[in-house]
Amino acid sequence: MKYTEEHEWLRVEGDEVVVGITAHAAEQLGDVVFIELPDEGSTVSKDDEVVVIESVKAASDILAPLDGEITEVNEALVDEPGKVNEDPEGDSWFFKMKIEDLSALDDMMDEAAYKKYIG
Amino acid sequence: MSDLKRTPLYDLHVALGAKMVPFAGYEMPVQYSLGVMKEHLHCRAAAGLFDVSHMGQVVLRSEDPEVAKAALERLIPQDVLGLDEGRQRYGFFTNAAGGIEDDLMFANRDDHLFVVVNAACKEADVARMRAELEPDVTVKLLENRALLALQGPKAEAVLAEHHPMVSEMRFMDVATVPIAGAECWVSRSGYTGEDGYEISVPVAAATDLAKALLEHDDVEAIGLGARDSLRLEAGLCLYGHDIDDTTSPVEAGLTWGIQKARRAAGDREGGFPGADRILGELAEGVARQRVGLKPDGRAPMREGTALFASVGAHDPVGTVTSGGFGPSVNGPVAMGYIETAYSEEGTALFGEVRGKRLPVTVASLPFVAAGFKR
Repeated sequence: MKYTEEHEWLRVEGDEVVVGITAHAAEQLGDVVFIELPDEGSTVSKDDEVVVIESVKAASDILAPLDGEITEVNEALVDEPGKVNEDPEGDSWFFKMKIEDLSALDDMMDEAAYKKYIG
Repeated sequence: MSDLKRTPLYDLHVALGAKMVPFAGYEMPVQYSLGVMKEHLHCRAAAGLFDVSHMGQVVLRSEDPEVAKAALERLIPQDVLGLDEGRQRYGFFTNAAGGIEDDLMFANRDDHLFVVVNAACKEADVARMRAELEPDVTVKLLENRALLALQGPKAEAVLAEHHPMVSEMRFMDVATVPIAGAECWVSRSGYTGEDGYEISVPVAAATDLAKALLEHDDVEAIGLGARDSLRLEAGLCLYGHDIDDTTSPVEAGLTWGIQKARRAAGDREGGFPGADRILGELAEGVARQRVGLKPDGRAPMREGTALFASVGAHDPVGTVTSGGFGPSVNGPVAMGYIETAYSEEGTALFGEVRGKRLPVTVASLPFVAAGFKR
C-alpha cells in the first residue's frame, strides 16, 4: 500500500490502482453520511476533486492522487456511506483508476512513512 | 486553546475520551468515543447526559418578587408576571429593531427568577439586564453552579432513582431537589425534543453527580455534535444561526412564545424592545419565514445553502440556516428562511450544493415527534 498526504491509500491491482481513505482519515471525518462518486470512464488530473464525502460534521473532497482514467467506482458506498467508517482500508474503496505510469507511486509514502506523517 | 475557559466537568470529559473543541469561549466535548451518530441515536432510544455548564445561569432578585418580574417584561415579549411559581417559560431578548438578541429560559422560583442564557451571549445579556433592571433588581451571574442535561425516554427512570419527586414534574416544571447530597435546581425541559431534565448543581457536586448518572446502563455522555443534530431534528433554533439580531420572532415562527398578555389588546400590550415591529408583524404577516426543509436526495444542505424556486431561477428565495444529517430521520434535514410565497409545506424548491441545484421540499417541523411529558 502507498499513501498520500491527503490521507488516501493506493493499492496496485494489475495495471489499475484502487483508491480509498485511511482509517486515520475516516476517524477524523466522523460518521460518513453521504458520498458522491465520479463517473466511470472519466479522465481526471492529479488533485481534481473526484469524490465528495460528507460526514456528520462537514463536507470534504477526495482528490485524484494521479492523472488517469476512472475505471470503476464502489456504488455500494452510495447506499451505505457508513461502511467507510467500518472498513476504510478494506471493502470501502472509492474508485479504481488506470494510470499511464505506475512508477509514479514510487515517490509516495509507504506504511511506515505514513504512520510517521500522522504522528 | 489557552484562552478558553473550562467547565467544572472538563477533567471528566477528558477521562471519558471526549474530543474537545472550542465553542463559545469554552473547551467543550464535541463527541465521545461513541461518535455523533451513535450518541444521537442513544439519546433518542435511552438517555444522554450533556454538560451545558457553559451556558449562563442568572438569578434576578428583588425585595418584592413582582418587581423583578415586571422589570424583566421590559426586555422580553413574554408574560413573566403571569408565570406560576415552579414553572418555566421559553423567551427571547429583543432589540429596538425587533430582532432577537438571545433566546433563554426563565423560571419562577418563588423569591427569585432563574434565567438560563446562551454561552456566547451571556456577558451581553447580563450587561443588558443590569442596565435595565438595576438598582431595583439584583442581577447575579452564578459561577458556583454547573448545568447538566439528562435527556431521552429513560431520563425519568434514571433520575427518579436519585429522587422520586422528579417523576411528578411535568414539562416545564421547576423544583429544588436534593440529589446526591446537593441542592439541585431541576427543570423538566431540555433542547433535544426528548423528555428530560436540566439540572443546576453546585460545582463541588457536579462531577460526582455526572459520574453517578453515567454509571446507569441507560446513560451515555453526549457531545455538542449530537446536541446539534438532536435539536435540528426537533426543529429548535440555534442562536446565531436560525435566529439572530436581524430575525424577528414572527419571522422565526416563535409566536407561540409570545403570550396573549403581551400582544395587541392584552393586559400588558407591548412594552418590550421592538414591540412596534413584532406586534405589527403579528397583525400583518411577514415577508420571510423560518421553515423546515427536507432535501429529496441524500446530500446534506448545510448552513448558507442558497434556495431557489426553480432550477433556472436567477435570484434565490431563501437560505438554509441549519442543515446536516438527521440520524433518527436517517437522511438530511435542514431549516432556513424562505420568502413567504414559497413557505407553504410541500413547496418544491432547489438548494444549490457544489454548483448543482438539488431538489428540497418545505417540510413541517419538528422532523421527529417531541417526547415531552405535558
